[in-house]
Amino acid sequence: MKEMDQYNFAYLDEQTKRMIRRALLKALAIPGYQVPFASREMPMPYGWGTGGVQVSAAVLTPEDCFKVIDQGADDTTNAVSIRKFFQRTAGVATTEHTEDASVIQTRHRIPEEPLKEGQILVYQVPIPEPLRFLEPRETETRKMHALEEYGLMHVKLYEDIARHGEIATAYAYPVKVEGRYVMDPSPIPKFDNPKMEMAALQLFGAGREQRIYAVPPYSRVVSLDFEDYPFDPSKAEHPCALCGAEHTYLDEVIVDDDGGRMFVCSDTDYCAARRAAGHRGAMAAPYEEEETAG
Amino acid sequence: MMTPDTAALTGGFSDAPCDAARAFRAILEAMARPGRIYPVTGATPPAPLSVAAGTALLVLADGTTPVHLAGRFDTPEIRQWLTFHTGAPLTAPAEAAFAVGDWAGLLPLDAYRIGVPEYPDRSATLIVELDALKDEGARLTGPGIEHEHRLNLPEPAAFRANAALFPLGLDFIVTAGERVAALPRTTKVEDA
Repeated sequence: MKEMDQYNFAYLDEQTKRMIRRALLKALAIPGYQVPFASREMPMPYGWGTGGVQVSAAVLTPEDCFKVIDQGADDTTNAVSIRKFFQRTAGVATTEHTEDASVIQTRHRIPEEPLKEGQILVYQVPIPEPLRFLEPRETETRKMHALEEYGLMHVKLYEDIARHGEIATAYAYPVKVEGRYVMDPSPIPKFDNPKMEMAALQLFGAGREQRIYAVPPYSRVVSLDFEDYPFDPSKAEHPCALCGAEHTYLDEVIVDDDGGRMFVCSDTDYCAARRAAGHRGAMAAPYEEEETAG
Repeated sequence: MMTPDTAALTGGFSDAPCDAARAFRAILEAMARPGRIYPVTGATPPAPLSVAAGTALLVLADGTTPVHLAGRFDTPEIRQWLTFHTGAPLTAPAEAAFAVGDWAGLLPLDAYRIGVPEYPDRSATLIVELDALKDEGARLTGPGIEHEHRLNLPEPAAFRANAALFPLGLDFIVTAGERVAALPRTTKVEDA
């Protein structure tokens, strides 16, 4: 008996997958609306992407090529273990290359490489309710969505401006989908918000909070703002220290005890591809070890 | 030897997890890109149920989802087949999570659940059987459609009235033979 045969395809039982699949179809039919679903215990703790894993399990087919990123990186603990999980339980091919993947599960980033038709982006979501920190009662937030009553969110953004001189929300920046539902894009940096109008499907899973929502391809996704304080997808004013890119989202890395730091692409696959194509940043190694090893 | 009593036991998925996964992917893409037609196979249900409609029911229906068999689709063979393979209770339109039939049989549309303002997802999904699916006819625009799609819908005005209910409303899976398309409540439908 092969290891894979010890599990149902993609781990979850068929009854659970049907329930998630029905929720996904309703989520696509009502863009940005949070569909309740009966989230299952997964063999990993809440907060490690159980919502995303359940959505991935419900959409994966044996022919898929699966990629997982955590803050843009393919090689972090969370990304590696989720990738291995589906290698073992679904037997799917995996990749680190955005272009080759048909299903990409992500925590807190959208890949820099524009996604195409045929690809699915699955987001891991900690708090799906954008109004939750303003109104803790689910009964009330549900009513607010039903009545399209989003004044409270604009008051919050206004208070940001009154206090800080600008909208200080830098991640999980609220968006309005197709002019109706205000949605939490998960804790992606606001730099990524404009990318949400894309050709690929975007599916969101919140395991602990038991919610699934979705944005169909080519949907209007507008970041909330004011006429006199328009949305600004800001980024660090540096090029990537490794690949020299000036248009990507950067991580700040402390490199010594004296406050020395470098800025590098958070999307590791994109950065590596640029370096392979010959782009060099200010702190790039003079030669790549892999290239000289052989 | 196949007798009427055992016919219902056949025609399911041969490899349930993988067949269902592939068929769901087609239905998911169809719902995400309204009006685009995808091939879907897996189930071989009794006539007049098409392969696509039967497959959609096996992928989505189970003991928690009441199904309404409309008009000429309410036959003993289909009842037995669906009950054996999904365990879905068969009901009247008002309680149905899914309904399957041809367009005339499914009418009137106001018999089905359209959801409530707090839970617009608690609405029925109608599986509409057509003789053929063609990418011509009614002009479709809206979420999931880059420019426009076209689909031979039976009665564009009815879909317009449904879209006007947004965020409430019905969602449609349209099937013919081994092909599937979908029409969520968000799609704007104009006459050809």
